[in-house]
Amino acid sequence: MTAATETRIITKRLRDHPEDSWTLARSRATGGYEALRKALAMDPGAIAEEVKTSGLRGRGGAGFPTATKWSFLPDGVEPRYLVVNCDEAEPSTFKDRMLVERDPHQLIEGIAIASFALGVRQAFVYVRGEFALGADRLRVAVAEARAAGLIGPDVMGSGYDLDIVVHRGAGAYICGEETALLESLEGKHGMPRIRPPFPAIAGLYAKPTVVNNVETLATLPAIVTGGGEWYAAMGVDRSRGTRIFSLSGQVNRPGNYELELGLTFRQLIDDLGGGLAGPGPVKFLIPGGASSQWLTGDHLDVPLDMDLVTKEYGVMLGSGAVMVYNQDACPVRVALRLAKFFAHESCGKCTPCREGTGWIRKVLYRIEHGEGRPDDLDLLLDVGDNISPGLNAPFSQTTICPLGPSAVSAIVSLNKFFRAEVDAHVKEGACQVA
Amino acid sequence: MTSGTPRTPGTLGTPQTPGIPGAEEIIARYPRSRSALMPLLHAVQERDGHVTEEGMAEVAEHLGLTPAEVLGVCSFYSMYKREPCGRLLVSVCTSVSCLVNGGPELLDHLRRAYADDPDVTVEEVECLAASDGAPVMQVNYEFHERMTPAEAERIVEAYRSGELTPRGPSGESHTP
Repeated sequence: MTAATETRIITKRLRDHPEDSWTLARSRATGGYEALRKALAMDPGAIAEEVKTSGLRGRGGAGFPTATKWSFLPDGVEPRYLVVNCDEAEPSTFKDRMLVERDPHQLIEGIAIASFALGVRQAFVYVRGEFALGADRLRVAVAEARAAGLIGPDVMGSGYDLDIVVHRGAGAYICGEETALLESLEGKHGMPRIRPPFPAIAGLYAKPTVVNNVETLATLPAIVTGGGEWYAAMGVDRSRGTRIFSLSGQVNRPGNYELELGLTFRQLIDDLGGGLAGPGPVKFLIPGGASSQWLTGDHLDVPLDMDLVTKEYGVMLGSGAVMVYNQDACPVRVALRLAKFFAHESCGKCTPCREGTGWIRKVLYRIEHGEGRPDDLDLLLDVGDNISPGLNAPFSQTTICPLGPSAVSAIVSLNKFFRAEVDAHVKEGACQVA
Repeated sequence: MTSGTPRTPGTLGTPQTPGIPGAEEIIARYPRSRSALMPLLHAVQERDGHVTEEGMAEVAEHLGLTPAEVLGVCSFYSMYKREPCGRLLVSVCTSVSCLVNGGPELLDHLRRAYADDPDVTVEEVECLAASDGAPVMQVNYEFHERMTPAEAERIVEAYRSGELTPRGPSGESHTP
């Protein structure tokens, strides 16, 4: 069998031209803004139809069909907004940072296409605060595009006006959740809103709003250029096209790899990532970011199919992160670090999450540090059950947003795959691996 | 809390000057002025080195909010520092990829190396979205990847000596 390779569509310019891929000159020299020119000559409804045909689903984590999300905007209500989620903070996900730093014009073109299709005249890009270079590059690119008439008043002579505002966050994972992001953009605490109403009905300033992820929007120029059917010809089942997978952990060549959906974890890790680093075989892997449940070395031939991994294995492809661990890695230590993350990032609005994430962190801390009690894993599951009743995947929740249930994924995974190792921590009084 | 202490003028920052730079332009970007709250907090942090009580009062004045409302938002976000910190903020990731690639060891080393150094503040942070470059640190929000303790210290010293130009305290570039 030949080794799997990347299918570079949205990463093509930045891979081919690492020296200047973020400049307008390079963008224009490699076809940038030609898709926008084509889109501006189309009926807005026809653009949405192409996106529907493409099967594109949101690349931020939830995987909701993009055209369906767009279709929820009520007709004739103005103003309406497009908000771009560039608040990438899901642990070990690093694709949107690459896209905004290294090909900001592709993102701007995607924003302009979506905005035109939706009848939006003002778009906001919420850039994670720590992405200082990304915000710089995007601001420069917005200014360049405006000066060239590619956004701003009378976009490319079409009579359509579009303003794009770059807005920096300030360090809060929760703002990646779309309603918390809207609260933050309104100048408030980033706390999630109860839905309904959904943002499409009452979003930014209670106006109809679409919130889309960076990678989702960056894919639109290719879809407009190639057509929805071309895009939909790639992929598997309801996972169409390509996605960027952020591979990290204990692998020889960590990095972002753009793959046609349907390849396997083994192909990603071995063919593209150069295989496991350190003592094998793969002990466990965390697909989809910190919020997903885990897989083990027995699951390497599972395909990268958004629905199948959830239905058959109870995990998510989520944000596209894949973290890989070798035999020396301690699953309790990894779970503790994730618990610390969720406890720190819980916004405090919902009691089960605010209290539960703290207790999960404390109990895992004592297990990892030799103070564990025999029934601690069951205690953890009990705490988890208060946040996510049933401990199933896809999860139920007693909270407004999925942060709380996400914090439960690691302990469910410990129980599923590493119960003996947790018991050994308790019996031996400390971690035996690290 | 010690507030209102002016930053030491020098190559690493802008001396404190009256008014929030660019405030009117920032507010004009948004359909509703309150959306300018976070950018204005970044602007006062850039100007003063951290977000002082006076800075929050100025933001409140600009937006027609109470200082308490501004504090309430400010305190939610980890990048706004409400205590003075070093001119160089070194943020070290120890999240789950850096965890198994030397992140905690890097953090320990830098904490010890700069324990008594008023110029350098070392903090532990969550994933910085550069996991393929683990272990990762930022200095004033500039990325430095595949760090060793020795290399990290060399980079901090290069910022201190002026060999490298740091971003401002809120990560703004002073040389666009």
